[in-house]
Amino acid sequence: MPEAFDYSIVDEALAKCGAKQSSIIAILQTIQEHYHYLPEEVFPYLAAKLDMSEARIYSVATFYENFSLEKKGKYVIKFCDGTACHVRGSVPILERVRSELGVTAQKKTTDDQLFTIETVSCLGACGLAPVMTVNDEVHPAMTPDKAMEVIYSLKVKEDAR
Amino acid sequence: MSAAIKTKAIKSRKDLQNLREAMTKAYTSQTSKIIVCGGTGCVAGGSLKIYENLKAQMENNGLNVEVSLEKEPHDNSIGLKKSGCHGFCEMGPLVRIEPQGWLYTKVKVDDCNEIVEKTIKKGECVDRLAYRIGDEIYRKQEEIPFYKQQIRVVLEHCGKIDADSINEYIAIGGYEAFEKALFDMQPDDIVSEISLSMLRGRGGGGFPTGKKWEQVRRAKGERKYIVCNGDEGDPGAFMDRSIMEGDPHRMLEGMMIAGVAVGAQEGYIYVRAEYPLAVRRLMNAIAQAEELGLLGDDIMGSGFSFRIYIAKGAGAFVCGEGSALTASIEGKRGFPRVKPPRTTENGLFDSPTVLNNVETFATVSQIISKGAKWYLSIGTPTSPGTKAFALTGNITNTGLIEVPMGTTLRKIIFDIGGGMRGDGEFKAVQIGGPSGACLTKDHLDLPLDFDTLKKIGAMIGSGGLVVMDSHTCMVEVARFFMHFTQNESCGKCVPCREGTKRMLEILERIVEGNGNEGDIELLEELSDTISNTALCGLGKSAPNPVVSTISNFREEYETHVYEKKCPAGQCQKLKKIYIDPLTCKGCSACSRKCPVGAISGKIKEPFSIDLTKCIRCGSCIATCKFNAIKEV
Repeated sequence: MPEAFDYSIVDEALAKCGAKQSSIIAILQTIQEHYHYLPEEVFPYLAAKLDMSEARIYSVATFYENFSLEKKGKYVIKFCDGTACHVRGSVPILERVRSELGVTAQKKTTDDQLFTIETVSCLGACGLAPVMTVNDEVHPAMTPDKAMEVIYSLKVKEDAR
Repeated sequence: MSAAIKTKAIKSRKDLQNLREAMTKAYTSQTSKIIVCGGTGCVAGGSLKIYENLKAQMENNGLNVEVSLEKEPHDNSIGLKKSGCHGFCEMGPLVRIEPQGWLYTKVKVDDCNEIVEKTIKKGECVDRLAYRIGDEIYRKQEEIPFYKQQIRVVLEHCGKIDADSINEYIAIGGYEAFEKALFDMQPDDIVSEISLSMLRGRGGGGFPTGKKWEQVRRAKGERKYIVCNGDEGDPGAFMDRSIMEGDPHRMLEGMMIAGVAVGAQEGYIYVRAEYPLAVRRLMNAIAQAEELGLLGDDIMGSGFSFRIYIAKGAGAFVCGEGSALTASIEGKRGFPRVKPPRTTENGLFDSPTVLNNVETFATVSQIISKGAKWYLSIGTPTSPGTKAFALTGNITNTGLIEVPMGTTLRKIIFDIGGGMRGDGEFKAVQIGGPSGACLTKDHLDLPLDFDTLKKIGAMIGSGGLVVMDSHTCMVEVARFFMHFTQNESCGKCVPCREGTKRMLEILERIVEGNGNEGDIELLEELSDTISNTALCGLGKSAPNPVVSTISNFREEYETHVYEKKCPAGQCQKLKKIYIDPLTCKGCSACSRKCPVGAISGKIKEPFSIDLTKCIRCGSCIATCKFNAIKEV
């Protein structure tokens, strides 16, 4: 028998953001903050609670770039692909990281569920270009080597656990 | 003796004035201050660690450190604050020393000891942390050429006050304009003052703000809304982020004044989720204003009630468009809709709505307190005031600047920006992001204002300036922006959804060396169709970067298409790698390194590269000890 899904996080999100249809984006954001993605179980549950169709919730979740329907790695690493970072060479960094971790633009998460590699539109930290963020912590002035150093140090930390 | 000021809720105008008096006294009596930049840029450089370290060292030395403004007068205490962005991100982390006005640049945690010992204890400047150009040393922030030539109106507090403190904002005259609007002015007076000032929307279009307010004021509707557009999505722009992070109360004050003017009771701030620090500072500012009673019901006994909510974006560029933004706040997909009706008649929750950009709201309070006449004295006659620009790309001084409207690009790039970074020559500057255009050498002396730029087919946009040098390929730049807009196209209308996709395909094949005769003309035709038929501003302006790069750099496109060469040497696929037979020693190191076996030859004789196999990865170039392998 499959394990029953624990809806307490969803209930908390509903209580925090208000159980109304106009709060759906905030509710989904709050749920995603916890799970790092949107588990499929939440859709029918929210549809019933908010009296809106599952399709509409799904339409919102797929429209906005920040929502993910797939499980993400423990460390979500984002590369800024804004103009300033692009002009100062963000692409070679991304390519190196992807090839060393064995991920692609389609398959974003490593098999060990440790890293998810994404690109993100301008973070507004253009003075520090090219930048990379690890779970929202900004790392400035990256090079392919520096980026790999950060990733390896996280790996070492995880292996030591 | 110093006494803690009791900050209780403000119930009347008198209460606010009393609080202001007490706070001003406390603020001015504290002469020694250390202000650590807490903007996104400096935080990433470790400024929070510097803050903690300074605090610990000062406490260990028995110094009287005050991190918040609560006492009056502040006898002999030293204020330690976290401010918003100073703008000089290139030199971060930044630390400002008051009362001397010194600016320490590129500060590290290890420097804290010296700052405490020398500057705080003895009042001496740590010269090695001061900014220098060659041998010239600039100790004071205001003397540095980057700052000296700016006029800071909207950003005047950024980097100078504690961004997390409503008390400090009140101490320097904050909420005075709101007080004036609420008690001394009629709503019509507020609207006419804004109209007189000729303030134009800082989000891009430059629509007169007073006109917008007037329309909402006269619109019929039980509920009206004030919405602040903080969805600053243009790559290379971070003016709004810096205001939200550095002076959040000023923006709230602008929205509150707008609320009084048009008779709205609720305001929403739509902020990008990519700006977590801005969200946090704004939430804190709203909570403080509510606690004091500056937001809520019957504010200061005036009968006016106003609340502000934050709506966090979820990563859709199109939500910067008015109707898409309000749809998103309502919990829907961020689709733009056909206009009219305009947002001023039918905006958020189908009600009349004032929708302005962050910088616009942040300008309002000063126009109300200093008057329209003062505002008109800055800038040009048709575009008064200042404009904040984010200066990025191949430029020496990356950062945030503010100059009067009508300032020339030459002054911005060469005097304030310090010229080009590296050995490249100035080639172009992209203004207005993916909806904007590129300006070239010929435009360097044009005054930057709404109307001049419109005449040459460009726009100020939100204020991103990306500087590009001679190593930047303009076709690749056009491809980059098209990739961005294509990715962000919401998919509602065909011209944008399909048209940008086709344009991107053509640009991709040109930079890969597969461009065909007629491709440039096809791009022009598609551009024309899309800009005339797309539903919203995002789609209509999507072809702009392509149109402007073709008109300014047509020969660069032609070289890509007909000669399969990239004049700037940037397009990877068009690079040709060859081995110089005169320099090659025939050691075979490169052929062993080549991942695709494209290099062959006899030992001790010059090797050669088979270009049909070569993937231009460059690993041979890195391997060759004799610099015999070259790229053209």
